[in-house]
Amino acid sequence: MRGIGVLVLAVLAFLLPYAGSIPGIGPQIITQGIDWPSALFNMSYYVLLSLGLNVVVGFAGLLDLGYVGFFAVGAYGTALLTSNDSIMHTKWAWIAAAPFALAGTMLAGLLLGWPTLRLRGDYLAIVTLGFAEIIRIVATSTQTLRGDRGFTGIPHPPGSFSDGKPIFGVTDATPYFWLGLTVIILVILGVRNLDRSRVGRSWLAIREDEEAAEIMGVRTTKFKLWAFAIGAFIGGLGGVLFAGEQGFVNSQTFVLQFSILVLAGVVMGGSGNIAGAILGGALISYIPDRLRGISDPFFHTDLYEYRFAIFGVVIIVIMVLRPQGLIPSRRRAMELKDREKEVAPL
Amino acid sequence: MSEPHIETPQELDDANARPVDEAVPTGDAAVPVGRGVRSEDVLLEVDDVTLRFGGVVALNGVSFSLRKGEIFGLIGPNGAGKTTCFNAMTGVYQPTSGAIRFQGQSIVGKKKHEITRGGIARTFQNVRLFPEMTALENVMVGADAHHQTSVLSALFRLPRHWREERSGRERSIELLKFVGIMHRAGDVARNLSYGEQRRLEIARALATNPTLLCLDEPAAGFNPAEKADLLALIRRIRDTGVTVLLIEHDMRLVMGVTDRIVVLEFGRKIAEGTPAEVRDNPAVIAAYLGVPTDAA
Repeated sequence: MRGIGVLVLAVLAFLLPYAGSIPGIGPQIITQGIDWPSALFNMSYYVLLSLGLNVVVGFAGLLDLGYVGFFAVGAYGTALLTSNDSIMHTKWAWIAAAPFALAGTMLAGLLLGWPTLRLRGDYLAIVTLGFAEIIRIVATSTQTLRGDRGFTGIPHPPGSFSDGKPIFGVTDATPYFWLGLTVIILVILGVRNLDRSRVGRSWLAIREDEEAAEIMGVRTTKFKLWAFAIGAFIGGLGGVLFAGEQGFVNSQTFVLQFSILVLAGVVMGGSGNIAGAILGGALISYIPDRLRGISDPFFHTDLYEYRFAIFGVVIIVIMVLRPQGLIPSRRRAMELKDREKEVAPL
Repeated sequence: MSEPHIETPQELDDANARPVDEAVPTGDAAVPVGRGVRSEDVLLEVDDVTLRFGGVVALNGVSFSLRKGEIFGLIGPNGAGKTTCFNAMTGVYQPTSGAIRFQGQSIVGKKKHEITRGGIARTFQNVRLFPEMTALENVMVGADAHHQTSVLSALFRLPRHWREERSGRERSIELLKFVGIMHRAGDVARNLSYGEQRRLEIARALATNPTLLCLDEPAAGFNPAEKADLLALIRRIRDTGVTVLLIEHDMRLVMGVTDRIVVLEFGRKIAEGTPAEVRDNPAVIAAYLGVPTDAA
């Protein structure tokens, strides 16, 4: 039964580009200031990012504020191997560059994970924050990564219709969304398998009591590094897809607030819960995009300009009403209950 | 049921085989094993261990050895260094000087999880379960200690994943039955009663397939009936072939179950012997009654 439900959900997700045709509510759902398929594609890479961050923060309990760094490594890796502007002059196809870009992000995950193994909580958060800033600043100020000018002409994913038109063109983002959705489904399957195995148990044990876990034989170093590497891989996937759709990458995309936004999505959706991470990731992309093209009644400016204010209010409301997230993880909710005492001592 | 250790993993067999070749000759030469203990019977050897925290000497030249298959008591008044000694044996603290050998091999400087997989398991004085995991999952974490399932085989659900998941679950259920809390298998650990949590910790430690099980004040906070049950459980654990090291300051409990006892006071060993010998030792009596003495 449950399997059928999931299958129906997956099919419905693939039909999302046509949501505007639903009589009545359809026009309310779709975005106005940005075409709906593009908004859906944006949602798809945000969902990927929150799925990946959920592995690091939700499963293993490692607070990572620099997650955008991996997204950047994935996107830049693709750009360097494919773009005409790249000093590497390899000009590979997108599909050929993807595995190397992903290997690069996993390596970046290990590079960040290794020196921070002994850090926890706030301290880890600060170091990861620094990591993302290093990537952004290097991208901004080095010749090789071209700063603001960025990389142009990154090829799209391969494939063409029988009439010779490419499947992944520039006018319609729907195929990109479907590609993103396919990747998301594969990632969900993988992450779920890990969660329900020795690996997930080890992450959970590390999150709950790292020293006790190690004394019970859990190789904490190994599993923490895996959490970083897997999280980085999934974030890199988002970056590779992003580069393939946009065709252009520059340093302006990878700002700090991006990391914070994705973390907000994970927490809002329900940290430690895959469904929660998906919902949270989709919302952080959908809410601002939905606000585009709507004028406020007083000053007639685009509501998109107020997106952070509105978004902030939404997050506050959700956190007040459901501090454990929209779709909470049973365990995380209990842990949070323990900490209520710390937050508000009575 | 009665023998939860029948499934000895490959590594443990190897670990058992090693010291016979390596340790006995060197062990004999380098370390005199006291009190007529034949060296091949020695499971764990604490050799002149000193441990300082800044200016505080928590352990001062402590030596003793555990024989295979015995129930060994480590006792002493509060603050005597029992738990410190315990932590040094399980890799939590590194001794300032001295050696600790398990099955003939030094464990000083080894990682905590290596020591566990090598065959030393422990419980904690203040229970440290994984509170939001179910009782069964807690034990399965222990069982995972000897599992080989890699991230890739978990990701792709390769046969090894299924095989180890099944055997780990079966073994964990067996251990929950062994300690008598099978009816709580599906409940999260935090919801178990205090006594059940203590038993669950023992089951989790046993799941790592130890040669030596170290129990840190397992009877703390127990009523007499619960203590009696615990004594029976400790004996049953020993009967499955596991050596048990017991830290307690309840003398009656220790006297009832142990084969040999070492008494610590102020970080020094003040007595060693059978329960009867220790009970009649004037230094021990003085330590427990608080009479000033030079005997230490």
